[in-house]
Amino acid sequence: MALVQIDNVSKIYQTGDVQVKALQDVTISIDEASFVTFVGPSGSGKTTMLNLIGCLDKPTKGKVFVGKKQVDAFNRRQLAAFRGSFLGFIFQAFNLFPVLTAYENVEYPLVMIKNKSISKRKEMVLKVLESVGMLNQKDKFPDQLSGGQKQRVAVARALVTQPKLVLADEPTANLDKKSAVNVIRLMRAMRDELKTTFIFSTHDPGVMEEAEVIHTLEDGKLV
Amino acid sequence: MIRIFKIALRNLMRYKRRTLLTSLLITLGLLMVILFSGLAGSFKEMMIGQITDSNLAQMQIHKRGYVSSIDTSPLNLTINQKSCKKIEKILGENPDIEAYAPRIKFSAMLSNFKETTNIRLNAIDPEKEIKVCPNVSDRMKFGSGKVPDILLKPGEIIIPEKLAAGLKIEIGGSVVLVANNKDGSVNGLNFRVAGIIESILGPQGKEGYMHIKDARSLLRMEKSEVIEIALRIKKFDKLDDVYTDLKSVLAKFKNKKGKPVFEIHTWKKLSPFSNIAKMIDIMTVSMKIIMIAIVLISILNVMMMSVYERVREIGTMSAMGTSPGRIMGLFLAEGLSLGLISTLVGNVIGIAGIYSLNIYKISYTFGRMDNLLLSPTISFSELAWVSATVLLVSVFATLQPAYKASRMEPVDALGHV
Repeated sequence: MALVQIDNVSKIYQTGDVQVKALQDVTISIDEASFVTFVGPSGSGKTTMLNLIGCLDKPTKGKVFVGKKQVDAFNRRQLAAFRGSFLGFIFQAFNLFPVLTAYENVEYPLVMIKNKSISKRKEMVLKVLESVGMLNQKDKFPDQLSGGQKQRVAVARALVTQPKLVLADEPTANLDKKSAVNVIRLMRAMRDELKTTFIFSTHDPGVMEEAEVIHTLEDGKLV
Repeated sequence: MIRIFKIALRNLMRYKRRTLLTSLLITLGLLMVILFSGLAGSFKEMMIGQITDSNLAQMQIHKRGYVSSIDTSPLNLTINQKSCKKIEKILGENPDIEAYAPRIKFSAMLSNFKETTNIRLNAIDPEKEIKVCPNVSDRMKFGSGKVPDILLKPGEIIIPEKLAAGLKIEIGGSVVLVANNKDGSVNGLNFRVAGIIESILGPQGKEGYMHIKDARSLLRMEKSEVIEIALRIKKFDKLDDVYTDLKSVLAKFKNKKGKPVFEIHTWKKLSPFSNIAKMIDIMTVSMKIIMIAIVLISILNVMMMSVYERVREIGTMSAMGTSPGRIMGLFLAEGLSLGLISTLVGNVIGIAGIYSLNIYKISYTFGRMDNLLLSPTISFSELAWVSATVLLVSVFATLQPAYKASRMEPVDALGHV
């Protein structure tokens, strides 16, 4: 079985009397250690797809399997535990904690979710910061870093727990072209090094070129 | 845990002005309680001390029914020599009793040979009385200007100041006391006015003083017969325990009808100041309630704001797999840290305030007693109680916002604008 299996999934949002069909009968499978992107215009369902795979949302219809587990059947607590152990997230707006340094941001999941010892944490954080080229910036707070540097820290934070799957929703949307390509290349290098599956969304053609597998969404359907 | 508090403190410092204002408000509330408790408690203790140590004594034993008919100064409700010995034995064996003194209370007619008026008298054994009421002479004015070595000698009387002024009696003058004994026969004796005593709060606060031997002679009472036995205990904070203990022992003495022969009362039953003391206690509790409200409202407000402003951050935490309990813990730590900082600052300023008030003492006048100095104190247990209350209320006020944060759906929180 693939790492991610989406079976006949639909997601409908109800806003008052209006129904928005974000995804319609989508079936897709994503293999382990692949570097996949979802592309499509705004409102095509990219974020919804990532939210479903990322166990942040549940489908209206269909089944979602991640790591051979049917995650749409999980309760709130199980979902949180699964996300913490299996997934990593990279956000469009970086979402670094402003009160923590780059080091502490990367360390956060190891403290709050994994409960690793101090020595183990230090080893893991320094290693991943070095991998993303941010070791020399580790004591800076997010507001002291550039957009590209912030996203590198975010990548490090997503990878520090050694997840099987990293999801990134428009990870380059807030970056200039050069930084965007650098971040995507960094993600791919990490995939090569750690065999982590990366799924990200984008509508930037420059970034699309870096992906190995491209899925296009339009009006909630795969095309 | 340390990391959680470190993050909590940094989050508090993100909004320095808001945190500072909230902390200041809580600190002021705490300071208000510490200073008020210190001052009010000091005033209360001083007044209780004045009343019990200068006139009333901490406890009194009477023949049953005496206190309810105290206004008529009944002479038929005396404790006879035999009963006196039994009570003295009980008191002597009780390790908590520091001293006791016999008293005879009665009403008489006081004459300056021109005019006559009523007087209520407290006949005492001066040596024993001074052990029970060590400040009894504080309200007295003597001819020499100094307190004599023996407060009262037989043949001497100390009369209330208003009576002395009304009858134009001066220290060193002679007066006649005429009194009825319990059988109704009248007797009179001459006395030298040894001193004048000021009035004090309460029904026994306008009495003159004379030697107990003279009272027995005037009233033709048998040897050792008394109206009242005044008590002083070693530790005032054990008053209620000693009272309960003595009450149960005295209750074993029963008359032929099977009813208790004696009654025992603490100062609380005997002085109207106990009501003022209760009012002070109520005011102190009110202050504490106000402080709790300040802490509750300010922390609830600041934590609600904090959750509202950090919805995306909460969504990020949740998306990364932080458990709802951990998210709740983070916000609870923030509320607790705010309460803890305010409590520490409030305690430091409060203790410094109490210390300052003890250096620059507040003086006040109570009756003839001028320049009474308030020495505010606050016990460690009181400080600990107030501090623990602030911390508990801080956590309680944070519960709702923290719970709200922990229940946020990550997908909604991440999409919050």
